[in-house]
Amino acid sequence: MITFKLNGQDVSVDVDGDTPLLWVIRDELGLTGTKFGCGIGMCGACTVHVGGRATRSCATPASYVSGAEVVTIEGLDPKGAHPLQTAWSELNVPQCGYCQSGQIMQAAALLKDIPDPTDDDIDAVMTGNLCRCMTYIRIRDAVRKAAATMKGAKNG
Amino acid sequence: MKKIIASVGGLAAVAAAAFGLYAYHGEIGPRDAREKPAFDSAVVAKGRELAAAGFCAECHTQPGQAPYAGNYPLDTGFGIIYGSNLTPDPETGIGLWTEAAFNRALKQGVDRKGRNLFPAFPYDHFTKMTDEDVRAVYAYLMSEVKPVRNQVKDSTIPFPLNIRWLQSGWKLLFVDFGTYQPDKGKSDLWNRGAYLVEGVSHCGACHTPRNLLGGEEKSRQFEGAVIDKWIAPALTSANASVVPWTAKDLSGYLKSGVSQYHGVSVGPMGPVVHAGLRKLPDRDVEAIGVYLADKLKTPDFDPAKNPLVQASLATGRTDRTYRDDEGKRLYVTACASCHYNVKEVLPARPDLAINSATRISAPDNLIQVILNGVVSDDGIQGVVMPRFRDALSDQEIAAIVNYLRGQRAQLKPWDDVERKVGEIRKATTTRH
Repeated sequence: MITFKLNGQDVSVDVDGDTPLLWVIRDELGLTGTKFGCGIGMCGACTVHVGGRATRSCATPASYVSGAEVVTIEGLDPKGAHPLQTAWSELNVPQCGYCQSGQIMQAAALLKDIPDPTDDDIDAVMTGNLCRCMTYIRIRDAVRKAAATMKGAKNG
Repeated sequence: MKKIIASVGGLAAVAAAAFGLYAYHGEIGPRDAREKPAFDSAVVAKGRELAAAGFCAECHTQPGQAPYAGNYPLDTGFGIIYGSNLTPDPETGIGLWTEAAFNRALKQGVDRKGRNLFPAFPYDHFTKMTDEDVRAVYAYLMSEVKPVRNQVKDSTIPFPLNIRWLQSGWKLLFVDFGTYQPDKGKSDLWNRGAYLVEGVSHCGACHTPRNLLGGEEKSRQFEGAVIDKWIAPALTSANASVVPWTAKDLSGYLKSGVSQYHGVSVGPMGPVVHAGLRKLPDRDVEAIGVYLADKLKTPDFDPAKNPLVQASLATGRTDRTYRDDEGKRLYVTACASCHYNVKEVLPARPDLAINSATRISAPDNLIQVILNGVVSDDGIQGVVMPRFRDALSDQEIAAIVNYLRGQRAQLKPWDDVERKVGEIRKATTTRH
């Protein structure tokens, strides 16, 4: 039995410890906002937060997160209105949308660590999150916009 | 003195009279437009072929409009000339033209009314055609092309260049009139090619440079020229292709639009092939190839054996050097999402160039962490690192390790990293 916190709730799952965290989240716990992409931690579609860090859930065994706090796109903001989500919606970032929850989770961790990122910083940290629709330019715009919003909120 | 003046004046008067005689052409009376021209279908078919080989429709059709109805704007550099209406319409086309009038236009550059045509119409080439071939083109236009009433616009050639009788001077300077005379020293195929190239297909019109008055520079035949913002390449030994064009290459290209070793026909050359030469019988295209290859002075040599072809293939082949940066690229994709810092090193974003695992005497610790990750109750409580043992090969992990050790930490590389990754991979299993 593996126990951890998912989006603030205690959860326990009875799975093999080797099972990727991604399958636990999607299949055992039914939250499907997190996507399966490459399965080898190279594309970023499965990104969730573990202990506040952007983590590739497909390459993370369930046993590794025992006792940790896991947050998925469903738990990023109670109203789905994190500044990133708002910016994403305002700038019509997604095209097919498949990679976008991973992009947003990665960007959220980025802004926590680097509140005022340059384009180069955004590229460096977001490069591991692939987008087959090539929405990179809009992703970068939205990250900048969210950064400005969050900075304004902090100063105000 | 008076005598001299008188004799100079007399000579000038004689010259002027001679020029006047040379320049004067009378009108050729109209044919009866109600009479339907009757030509043998084989003649018409031959004319259709020759009209294609001369690309007539290109300059005598406005894009998107009826074929041969004219008004195609040809920018001559001196002004715009609009292609004339070649349909058998009696008022605006050539419906009133007799065969003799048509022949005179092609072979002497004079219209039915007796006015000089501008040399944008390449009569300096068409003059080489046999009367029989000119008749075939006439037969085709008169019996197969639908009459279209379409008044052709006046040219924008400025005064005094627009004075038609002055064109006779241009003819005197730049045109050798007369049907093509075969070169007895050459093969029939060569002569057939020369007849088509120099005559109906007027290759030199684009591939030979022109002088300031717009005449082809005969001493520089086929040396290449700029046309419609494209370059018509040289068809001489100065041709820039490293693989010489053989007769077979040339005919294949003119038939299909592509030469394996040179490229495709685009720009103004596109219609030359696709609306033109490919409609000729294979034997004619072969003849053009033979003639042009002689102009290009190319040996008949199998291009596949050309060392430059081999060299081109070799330089284009990808090799493993393009993966020199593999470690860096993998790092950016798999690691930088966490292991990237800007102004300060954050504890949860370990900076790997200064990390102990990168600077220690052997790569074991770095390999361990990449292979097996970090569990939540190791390190920072509640934070994990994924494991890459199922994601990356020994070689890929070694590339990341070598990048961190060499390029990031700037330390002496570790030996034999890839083998070590394999050993540690075997010796460890995932911790649960």
